[in-house]
Amino acid sequence: MKVRVHVSLKNGVLDPQGRAIQHSLEGLGFAGIKDVRAGRLIELEVDETVTDAALDEMCRKLLANMVIENYRVERVSA
Amino acid sequence: MSGFRAAVITFPGSNCDRDMADALEKVSGENPFRVWHGDAELPDNLDFIALPGGFSYGDYLRSGAMAARSRIMRAVVEAVGRGVPVLGVCNGFQVLTEAGLLPGALMRNAGIRFVCREVPLVVANGQSLFTAGYEQGSRITIPVAHHDGNYFADDATLDRLEGEGRVAFRYAEPVNGSARDIAGILNESGNVLGMMPHPERMIEQAQGGVDGRALFENVVRGLVRV
Repeated sequence: MKVRVHVSLKNGVLDPQGRAIQHSLEGLGFAGIKDVRAGRLIELEVDETVTDAALDEMCRKLLANMVIENYRVERVSA
Repeated sequence: MSGFRAAVITFPGSNCDRDMADALEKVSGENPFRVWHGDAELPDNLDFIALPGGFSYGDYLRSGAMAARSRIMRAVVEAVGRGVPVLGVCNGFQVLTEAGLLPGALMRNAGIRFVCREVPLVVANGQSLFTAGYEQGSRITIPVAHHDGNYFADDATLDRLEGEGRVAFRYAEPVNGSARDIAGILNESGNVLGMMPHPERMIEQAQGGVDGRALFENVVRGLVRV
């Protein structure tokens, strides 16, 4: 089955990339943008037997840096 | 001949490993061991381990993230536990934070741009194994070359680092947006130093200055066995 891991910066952590994206969008003439935060989407193809606990551990050990990032695991039905 | 036994770890994408080895050889008179990331073991009785700069694993996922989980790092973590001094420069600093050997994280520079120039530093702690060759509070010039050098940690961690004298170097001018101008930090027991500036690039006058030399000299002097 497919699993999506969404990694995002924690609140309060400055996101220079998000800010640069916002400036670029504004440069293209788009108005009304209050904030941009850039994250990361990681898609895994795993056996049905892979537990939520194991996915959680993968996120904490490698996929997200818990000092600066949050993660959300989403199981997508195949 | 000092008998100084140092190892320089090379990851796929390291590019300052040769400079680091060269600096160690020039200062200690001994050729350091070169260790590959996939090796399981470090040479015996090491006096010093260096994690060099570069772009290990192409900075995939996060700078230093893959290298921090490579095979040799298990041996490095063990060596740190035994008290072996470890210096991580630039990407090496990123690897040390990703491996949990130093607190905090190194994020994209606040100005987005890659910064490559000589920067003035203040020696914030002149008493550590790595920095005792400098006068506390003195200014030195060392080059930086990085995209992800913006040091981040929560306020409690920053307060603790400052309170315990674990900030080794600060930038004397804005460089990358680092919290409290932190350029280099020590671990709790003082045997691990991570820093974004490259002391190995300031070893002899031909490189434009010698302000990095005292760091290596002090480590060698502090560790040479009699």
